[in-house]
Amino acid sequence: MFIQQLINGLSLGSIYALIALGYTMVYGILKLINFAHGEIYMIGTYIGYYFFRMTFVLGLAKKYAVNSKIAVNFLDKQEIISQNPKLLMKYIANNFNEFGIIKDSNFRKSITNVAVEQAKGLKHMSEFINSNSIIIFLLLLIVSMFLTALVGIIIEKLAYKPLRNASRISVLLTALGVSIFIQNAGIKIFGGDPKAFPQLIPSKFYNITDNILISNHQIIIIFVSIILMILLEIIVHYTKVGKAMRAVSFDKSTAELMGIDVNKIISFTFAIGSALAAAAGILIGMRFNKIDPLMGMMPGIKAFVAAVLGGIGSIPGAVIGGLIMGISESLVVGYISSTYRDAIAFAILIVILLIKPSGIFGKNVKEKV
Amino acid sequence: MEQYILLIMTLITINIILAVSLNVINGLMGYLSLGHAGFMAIGAYTSAILTTQYNFPIFISVIIGAILAGFFGFLIGFPTLRLKGDYLAIVTLGFGEIIRIIILNMTITGGAKGYPGIPGIKGLNGFLIGLGFAIVTVIVITNIALSAEGRALLSIRENEIAAESMGVNITRYKIKAFIIGSLFAGLAGGLYAHLIQYVKPDNFNLYKTVDILLMVVLGGSGSITGSILAAIALTSISELLREFSEYRMLVYPLMLIILMLVRPNGILGKKEITDFISFKKKRGV
Repeated sequence: MFIQQLINGLSLGSIYALIALGYTMVYGILKLINFAHGEIYMIGTYIGYYFFRMTFVLGLAKKYAVNSKIAVNFLDKQEIISQNPKLLMKYIANNFNEFGIIKDSNFRKSITNVAVEQAKGLKHMSEFINSNSIIIFLLLLIVSMFLTALVGIIIEKLAYKPLRNASRISVLLTALGVSIFIQNAGIKIFGGDPKAFPQLIPSKFYNITDNILISNHQIIIIFVSIILMILLEIIVHYTKVGKAMRAVSFDKSTAELMGIDVNKIISFTFAIGSALAAAAGILIGMRFNKIDPLMGMMPGIKAFVAAVLGGIGSIPGAVIGGLIMGISESLVVGYISSTYRDAIAFAILIVILLIKPSGIFGKNVKEKV
Repeated sequence: MEQYILLIMTLITINIILAVSLNVINGLMGYLSLGHAGFMAIGAYTSAILTTQYNFPIFISVIIGAILAGFFGFLIGFPTLRLKGDYLAIVTLGFGEIIRIIILNMTITGGAKGYPGIPGIKGLNGFLIGLGFAIVTVIVITNIALSAEGRALLSIRENEIAAESMGVNITRYKIKAFIIGSLFAGLAGGLYAHLIQYVKPDNFNLYKTVDILLMVVLGGSGSITGSILAAIALTSISELLREFSEYRMLVYPLMLIILMLVRPNGILGKKEITDFISFKKKRGV
């Protein structure tokens, strides 16, 4: 039980860590709590969803002559795709009116024929997706990371840049406003009901011992997170941009005097943070299969707590904080009650701020007049 | 129709209490508190349970609810006030959410289904009670703002370190501000519970706090009359535009952002409306 919860916590924690990295980097540079970071994570997941729908579902539907409505519908009820063709055919035939292929239901025969065709096409589609699942998954990850990075830059330019020299409270309020605005815009644009994220890689469970299970999704999450964190470490410590980032976070005005384009570096930081959040979103979408416009709220707050816990501004701190958050949350779910899973984050936050407000890896900053 | 207008007017008085009380923390002291809805929830649920299950008179139970909320404000204020700025905002947000989650998980509060069947204060009486409490709130908080205590709070807002070195006991004033803020939030919560006669945890989430916050910020942080005007304006507008209510949570945050970009101090800024209507001739400096 304990080890099982530890494994669950580790995979959840790496998601929190990925999101927390965005918080911590932005805070390090701008001293801004980017409340909207959780929403960027949500946008990243939706970008992945719509990218998959546009290119693979609709594209393949065209190729195999499947009705686009049927194809999209099967994206949302994807578990049927892999089942036997007879059930599939029946399902299609029963829902002809809904899909609007044949209006007159008297043509029983033609209905059956079309249904067989469609079922065949769907089967080809699912075979294509299954045989290329890893490539599609990576493609989804990269496209979503790239586009979400652009979204992050746009948000920064529109909402935060005009407030560079404003008081801390107005910046914080703006961030809160951006967050709530994106949530509600998401409900309007994507629809408030949850959508089924494509389960690209079919989930498998491996028995480690008798009662410890680990799923391949958990392994993928941990693996992808580690790779992204190593990449980030390389960018921050071994490239010129990373050096500039560190310089700006150390002292913005001096960095500017040294010829660093601070605005560019800030945009770059937002881009990296958003890309990591998007990766976290795709991984979570694949694991839990359900995405909705409010999905970013709680993970956003928890990741922020993780960043504070590790010492905001510190990159290893965010990773450690994320893991601690994930593990403690799954322990609460396992041993106390899943209804308290959200309360634990705040409890940890309050305790850490009372004992050591600067966090585990944080520096104690003396106040200057 | 008359009942409806009275309901809206009572709602306005409640929102005035909320906005003015949050203004003590946000405007006068200059700290961002995001847990106001949580304190409101404590007042609402306490008074609702007291009147429904223990047959307390509404008036008494509302006051007990307010005191309990104030006590929680003290409990929360006391340990967290070592924190500054953003951290304090996040911790208050956390406390607000914890209160909501605990209410969600308790049996006495009815959990997620909410707490129905609260005896109501209706019509003119309800409005008069609300108005009475609103006037008391405004008088108390105006007096605080104009007294030495208020100046101490202002000094914390303007420069905390300077205030401390001038001998202002920062921690004490911060706690006082939190107690006052949460006390009146609890009062408003109790009134709200008896006005609507049904409370559920979702009424007191972060969105509610943002509603109140927008009133404070729109009117001008630190301006009590600004808060009152903004509470009246925003409550009436959101009632008038009820058919577009699904767009409200799209418009409110947008207003907040635009306000912060264009006029970060709100419409009135730190001024009171009385500053503009002066009966005396201005003396030259």
